[in-house]
Amino acid sequence: MFIFGKYLSILLKAQMQYRVSFLLLSFGQFFVPFSVFAGLYFLFEQFGQIKGWSFYEVGLCFAIIHMAFAISECFGRGFDSFSQLVASGDFDRLLVRPRSTVLQVLGSKFEFTRIGRLLQSLTVLIIVLVHIEIDWTIAKVITMMLMVVSGVFIFVGIFILAATLCFWTIQAIEVANIFTDGGREIAQYPLDIYKKWVTRFFTFVIPFATTNYIPLNYLLGKTDSSDLFYVFIPLAGILFILPCLLIWHYGVKHYRSTGS
Amino acid sequence: MKPYYSVLRLRLVHGMQYRSAAFAGMATQFFWGFMYIMIFEAFFSHTNSNPPMTLEQVVAYIWLQQAFLALIALWFRDNEIFDLITKGNIAYELCRPCDLYGFWYAKLLAQRISAALLRSIPILLVVFILPEPYRLTIPENIETLLLFVMTMFVGLFILVAISMFIYISVFLTMSPTGSLLMLGVVGEFFAGLIIPIPFMPDWLQAIAYALPFRWTMDFPFRIYSSNISETDAWVGLGIQLVWLFVLVSLGRIALKGALNKVVVQGG
Repeated sequence: MFIFGKYLSILLKAQMQYRVSFLLLSFGQFFVPFSVFAGLYFLFEQFGQIKGWSFYEVGLCFAIIHMAFAISECFGRGFDSFSQLVASGDFDRLLVRPRSTVLQVLGSKFEFTRIGRLLQSLTVLIIVLVHIEIDWTIAKVITMMLMVVSGVFIFVGIFILAATLCFWTIQAIEVANIFTDGGREIAQYPLDIYKKWVTRFFTFVIPFATTNYIPLNYLLGKTDSSDLFYVFIPLAGILFILPCLLIWHYGVKHYRSTGS
Repeated sequence: MKPYYSVLRLRLVHGMQYRSAAFAGMATQFFWGFMYIMIFEAFFSHTNSNPPMTLEQVVAYIWLQQAFLALIALWFRDNEIFDLITKGNIAYELCRPCDLYGFWYAKLLAQRISAALLRSIPILLVVFILPEPYRLTIPENIETLLLFVMTMFVGLFILVAISMFIYISVFLTMSPTGSLLMLGVVGEFFAGLIIPIPFMPDWLQAIAYALPFRWTMDFPFRIYSSNISETDAWVGLGIQLVWLFVLVSLGRIALKGALNKVVVQGG
């Protein structure tokens, strides 16, 4: 953990050397999801609701998933651009160091410009929370925070899986985007608006439902079973990272350097 | 005309080399297509209001968008040209015995066409035989289809003319990131890539109709699904040609201005 902090501060200092570029990029990152959110708003203006969900309810879902995505892109960038490490052979250097490979790859890159995206989703969250009616309890506040945390873990898990594939393919594969960018787009709506098989896939294979509509139902008071169950549902999403890490270690064992 | 034609052909052959990338891209496009259709299906399933497009028309809009993404996305870029400008190799380009605007234009056009050829045909083949409601319906009659092809073609020329401004702006800013991002976000929104233009509120539609972006995709796609009538389509085709003329002329002037100021440092 201490080393992770060290990595963090060094890379932050490095990126701050190019302050204007940093600000511009962050600014741009603010606007990319903004146009998507505007689109969402106009669709609701047209249709009123989507399968019983109102605009602000979907907005809450949107804000949480985009926050999780922004945070995981900031910290998981190392895995996202892992193909470069493999292709250049630089991964060999990480292997000889007496620290875990996961930590080192995580620490190899941080994308602090994602703060723009994070600010955007925070703005959405605040707007939504002002308008929405929720009977707040401590359990609900904890659940909401855990939803973001669990989202981060799921996205990082997918980044790790995609990176593991690089051990065999050397190149990054575009298909992995389906589960990162695509997962984000899918999970910005409550999952039960989709066809059954899509909902099932994103509940049991990639557990977006645990950050998304199961606890969302609870936050909005649409459920009647016990609180405790829903508080812990997002924790189940966090468990997703475990098989990903296992596969990663399996991949590392089978790693063959490109030698260049 | 001949040098531009050879540039076009050279680029086409070059683009065809990346077949596996095209397959990966296709998988992604199918995923996005299905996802958007499911979202719209959900919106349509419980609505009392009268939406400006039918679900069938929206489905056609979405599949055409996915199939022709290479022809309509503003963020497609040619890093070679950026490098030429920022690294100073632009000097070589200026020595060529043909007009720089036309040369780059042909290059960008060819890139888009080769990328689209690889991706769009397989996607179109599949989406025509999908089960309802995901199937892409065929146009009502042959005239609609012809109008679609013509407007799509002119639309592509307009799009390349717009994207030329990104490259020209690099002469001033030396970094493509900013202009690419801003023009990309604004352009794609007003082209109807985020949501189809008829779903926007009236004031926003007015802005979208006043800008050139919607002529590149929103217009031909809605002709395809008969959301725009044939007479309107013919009028629109005329407006498209005017836009094309305006954009190319402005682009030429801007490039000339930028080149007059260009300083190539030796090295």
